[in-house]
Amino acid sequence: MGIKRVLTKDFATENLRQVSVYERTGGYTGFKKALEMQPDDLVELVKKSGLRGRGGAGFPTGNKWSFVPKNAPRPTYLLCNADESEPGTFKDRVIIEKDPHLLIEGMIISAFAIGSCPMAYIYIRGEFYYGATVLDAALEEARAKGFLGKGIFGSSFDFDITVHRGAGAYICGEETGLIESVEGHRGQPRVKPPFPAVVGVFGGPTVVNNVETLACVPFIINKGAEWFKSFGTPKNTGPKLYCVSGSVKKPGVYEFPMGMNLKELIYDHCGGITGDRKLKAVIPGGASAPMLTADEIDLPLNFDAVMKAGSMLGSAGIIVLDESVCIVDAVWRLAKFFAHESCGQCTPCREGTNWMESVLDRLERGEGRPQDADLLLDMSDNIGGKSLCALGDAAIGPVISSVKKFRDEYLHHVTHKSCLPETKRYRRLDMAVAAH
Amino acid sequence: MPVSKATLTRIQEVAARYPSKQSAIIPALWAVQHEQGYVTEAAMGEIAQALQLPPSLIEATASFYSMFLTRPEGRHDVVICVNAPCMLRGADEMKDYLQRALGVRDGQTTSDGAITWHSTIECLGVCGGAPMMQVDHQFEENLTPERIDAIIDRLRKQPAIHGAAATPAATDPKKPQAVPPVKGEKVRSGAEGARARGKRSQA
Ligand SMILES: Cc1cc2nc3c(=O)[nH]c(=O)nc-3n(C[C@H](O)[C@H](O)[C@H](O)COP(=O)(O)O)c2cc1C
Ligand code: SF4
Ligand code: FES
Repeated sequence: MGIKRVLTKDFATENLRQVSVYERTGGYTGFKKALEMQPDDLVELVKKSGLRGRGGAGFPTGNKWSFVPKNAPRPTYLLCNADESEPGTFKDRVIIEKDPHLLIEGMIISAFAIGSCPMAYIYIRGEFYYGATVLDAALEEARAKGFLGKGIFGSSFDFDITVHRGAGAYICGEETGLIESVEGHRGQPRVKPPFPAVVGVFGGPTVVNNVETLACVPFIINKGAEWFKSFGTPKNTGPKLYCVSGSVKKPGVYEFPMGMNLKELIYDHCGGITGDRKLKAVIPGGASAPMLTADEIDLPLNFDAVMKAGSMLGSAGIIVLDESVCIVDAVWRLAKFFAHESCGQCTPCREGTNWMESVLDRLERGEGRPQDADLLLDMSDNIGGKSLCALGDAAIGPVISSVKKFRDEYLHHVTHKSCLPETKRYRRLDMAVAAH
Repeated sequence: MPVSKATLTRIQEVAARYPSKQSAIIPALWAVQHEQGYVTEAAMGEIAQALQLPPSLIEATASFYSMFLTRPEGRHDVVICVNAPCMLRGADEMKDYLQRALGVRDGQTTSDGAITWHSTIECLGVCGGAPMMQVDHQFEENLTPERIDAIIDRLRKQPAIHGAAATPAATDPKKPQAVPPVKGEKVRSGAEGARARGKRSQA
């Protein structure tokens, strides 16, 4: 198709999970090259590449690394965030299961660049059991090859990686919740500052990076910052994985350069809308991202452009909603998710997310009150910016945007005590949905 | 049922991969659950002893994570996702079908003890293959009534996957590289944390 694939270019190669096959595709050359370089130069190179975090916030990776203090009294740790629990997101699992050595190579280089890092942990969500076994097998191979262990390739660099399985808690994807969880505690986020780069896991400086972010690193070392910047625009660089789900004919993970046009992605690559129905809305960055309406989607999918359009690229989990979908139902489910996943530390988030869920629930049941749409906005106001971590802000994204953009549909639920006639009643009211 | 020696040894080995032994709590809970199918209070006590930590600490951590079971369930675990991305591809219909086919309500176990099922709004990270469900450690994607029937048939005949053989290598490092312990390690009290999150304990 003439599109240059990077992260997924070898996915079709048989047995790519084996180290020998991975090496044949050019694997571990970036690692060998990196070991010859100065750590500071590596950090500089990643800074120059413009790589921004793929976990959600789009924070420049090189900058994050450079915040780690030199000569800290405790070792530095690298944590790979493979918690992947944001509804609509399913890209990291693909990297882990298809190309585990790419992630491992990226982690070795990153740990070497950050410096004084004896151990990294891959925090993988508990449901990805198979992924954890793939990683363990790959790590064992990497150890046998001498890519991990003491004095790697005759250098003074000692480094190993441990897989740490989560056990069912979205909040452990938040970086400080993740740190708590690696320490064996309940995954409740910490107050920042201090930021993890200064004091993180085990009291040492800590870098938390997403799987896809780390998977970009070997390519940057191998092919250079300029090459990496040839994808996308100056401030939004590199290859990118997009997860497309919902009402499209061909859902799945797609790789394109950063800044792929959303409309083109949906209509030209994902086969358009299921049943050739009309598009109603798109959530472009996982459940936390505000909705876009059908006429807002002629948009490059990069951090800055999506933010300018009033939403966020987040984890690039693109959820497509067609005209047959009841917005209140869809938003209710997302709200229920956030209420379920709130860690309960702060009152606005713990109580607010539950209240929002119950208001959406009564609207969907036909028991809504005329003031409910405004009530939802008011509640959002009391959660946003008033909570300890970003889950609170995430929870209100779909609620505020849908009330503002689909107010008529909300009001219809109040006046007619039912969903819009053209929407399908996905939800069966005779049964408790998702009681767990 | 006491925790086996092999599992206790494995827990010690895992602990060596962290500078703080508390970090081994979650891997230890997994190891026990894989051996026994769930984690009893007594087993938590054994974990505490193995790691030389107060039992309240193990319980406080365990109760936060929804995947740790505290009581026996069916031989197989089936979870169907009904969050929005899955709903858009017919997850509710599949859930209804599953419920009818199993003949027991959400959260319950079939009378032959083969399958415990529940629906969830916790996205399982497989939205591209929706409607989907998790069957023990596997994801079953693009569900249809026929596929659900076939899966149920298979599970009714199959023994439980839990047991020593199911423990992932994650908790079985061959050459553990010890990390120096952190000085003045903080030990948390079990009372911390606003609420228990276990999904089954909520039900
Ligand atoms: C509630 C919440 C959940 C998150 N879940 C994830 C996740 O599953 N995976 C991830 O990589 N980042 C997640 N993040 C973002 C992380 O906090 C962190 O910013 C990210 O891992 C940093 O990596 P990056 O700089 O490579 O993007 C989450 C953030 C919040 C607030
Ligand atoms: S905002 Fe919500 S999830 Fe985050 S710390 Fe507070 S209660 Fe926990
Ligand atoms: S929403 Fe069901 S797997 Fe993601």
